[in-house]
Amino acid sequence: MEELKGKAWKFGDDISTDHIAPGRLFHLRTDLPELAKHVLEDADPEFASKMKKGDFVVGGRNFGLGSSREHAPRIIKIAGVSAVLAKSFARIFFRNSINVGLPVLVCDTDKIDLGDELEIDLAKGIIKDTTKEIELTFQPLPPAMVRILSDGGIVEHYKKHNGFKLD
Amino acid sequence: MGKTLAEKILSAKSNEDAKAGDIVIVDVDVMALQDGTGPLAIQQFDEMGAEKVARPDKTIFFMDHAAPSPRKELSNAHMMIRSFADRTGAKYSEICDGVIHQRLVESVTSPGDVVIGADSHTCMSGALGAFATGMGSTDLAVAMAAGKTWMKVPETIKVELKGIFPKGVSPKDAIIYFIGKIGADGATYQALEFTGQTVESMEMTDRFTLTNMAVESGSKAGIIAADDITRKYLADQGRADDYRPEFADDDGEYVETHVIEVDSLEPMISMPHTVDNTSTVTDAAGTKVQQVFIGSCTNGRLSDLTAVAEILKGRRVNKGTRLIITPASRDVYLDAIREGVAEELVEAGAMITGPGCGACVGVHGGILGDEEVCVATTNRNFRGRMGNPEGSIYLASPETAAATAVKGEITDPREFL
Repeated sequence: MEELKGKAWKFGDDISTDHIAPGRLFHLRTDLPELAKHVLEDADPEFASKMKKGDFVVGGRNFGLGSSREHAPRIIKIAGVSAVLAKSFARIFFRNSINVGLPVLVCDTDKIDLGDELEIDLAKGIIKDTTKEIELTFQPLPPAMVRILSDGGIVEHYKKHNGFKLD
Repeated sequence: MGKTLAEKILSAKSNEDAKAGDIVIVDVDVMALQDGTGPLAIQQFDEMGAEKVARPDKTIFFMDHAAPSPRKELSNAHMMIRSFADRTGAKYSEICDGVIHQRLVESVTSPGDVVIGADSHTCMSGALGAFATGMGSTDLAVAMAAGKTWMKVPETIKVELKGIFPKGVSPKDAIIYFIGKIGADGATYQALEFTGQTVESMEMTDRFTLTNMAVESGSKAGIIAADDITRKYLADQGRADDYRPEFADDDGEYVETHVIEVDSLEPMISMPHTVDNTSTVTDAAGTKVQQVFIGSCTNGRLSDLTAVAEILKGRRVNKGTRLIITPASRDVYLDAIREGVAEELVEAGAMITGPGCGACVGVHGGILGDEEVCVATTNRNFRGRMGNPEGSIYLASPETAAATAVKGEITDPREFL
């Protein structure tokens, strides 16, 4: 897997799918590139316009709680975010992220500040904060999810194996 | 070793001896989608190259979030759903029929079923002794084609309710209290099994309120045994044949047990902007409120509307406060008309809208203005949930919402009872 490189954008605890893809933009759900211009708008109105391709979203606890809307991880990915880091993730958001191929990494995000430059090696499981010159590790994904992610998402997994092959 | 309800149902549907932590492939009995998540599932289904829906009779799209459609983009999304259903034999529920979860319990979900829905509150169906959980559009697309999905069998937390609710205190207060106690991520990846004498004697309408909000603690499912009350409910729905008893084993293994003594509960409220930011209504009383919304899959049923009408009887909605009531389904709406409840509500100054998700999801039907405060009987109060990040949402019972509408400020309903 490739090495990811970019800047950290910090968000707090309990970032909901309403922060990421709000209901007032419900009509844009069939136009994801347009919806992606508003990604995380209700948490940080400037994020979408200021972030650069490759940057990281860094949250606190229970990132992605709320609705099952898969549009949330999809527009984070479409916006160019290379991974989401958080202390913990809500269940449906986590599963959706794997399904759509967005890396979601559980680590101690208190050690990372806004604007820190990060380099992440997904295969080795290492996050380098080159601004602070520290290294963090992230929890390995459950094996079933590694299978799905390495097949390129749940649709590709299902097609490749003509069914589920998770053990 | 015995099994929890989640383990029992997932064992039966995977043909395996499933225990918490196992990964299983299960047959899916019901696949539910709505107008916000359905179109993306259709795109993914087509992208997979799938042509046939595995269980067309139990693959159902509900047009409820934008009902009726307030914008052309959403009208087009509805067209996409109708045309997919026509081409595959999948079913759809029209804009006039009601909220996905209410429609599922009225007409679709049966005890022992595995239900997956592209909507997080799919867990509500668990009140009928089913394993019901929310997933994303792509998981639904794969399940529509395969008739199966994969799951990790969850550990289960037992939530035992004891005692009799005091006047003015309802199951909504109990679930708000519980989420405040356990936290918004307190049960992530786990199932909640609601038990105890209070639940055993509770009507289905109130059981639905409990399981509906299971996901607000991070839970994967909220489940209640299918018993005689379930049997009676299904018979009343004209579905007597769909009943089968569904109970956990006495020696099932639970990771935790929480006991809630409902005798000592007070009216509870979730304050902005998270469901677990709870308080007693007494402590939050006095906050001025511009909008009261009564409805949703959580508390938009006939018993909720009746409880509201009882408080509004002989009273008026306060000037400066608007009261919007959205029945959860067409059946609820019809019953409210037939029983005279709708008339009482309108007379007291309420606006009744057609059935659906209404103002709960921020698409239309009661968007908040800047700095406005709303008390809602719904299940979420995240920033921006009701269409404006500058608005604030408090979650409460129908009784508290009604009392609040009368006084124009957050009010303990026991003042009126």
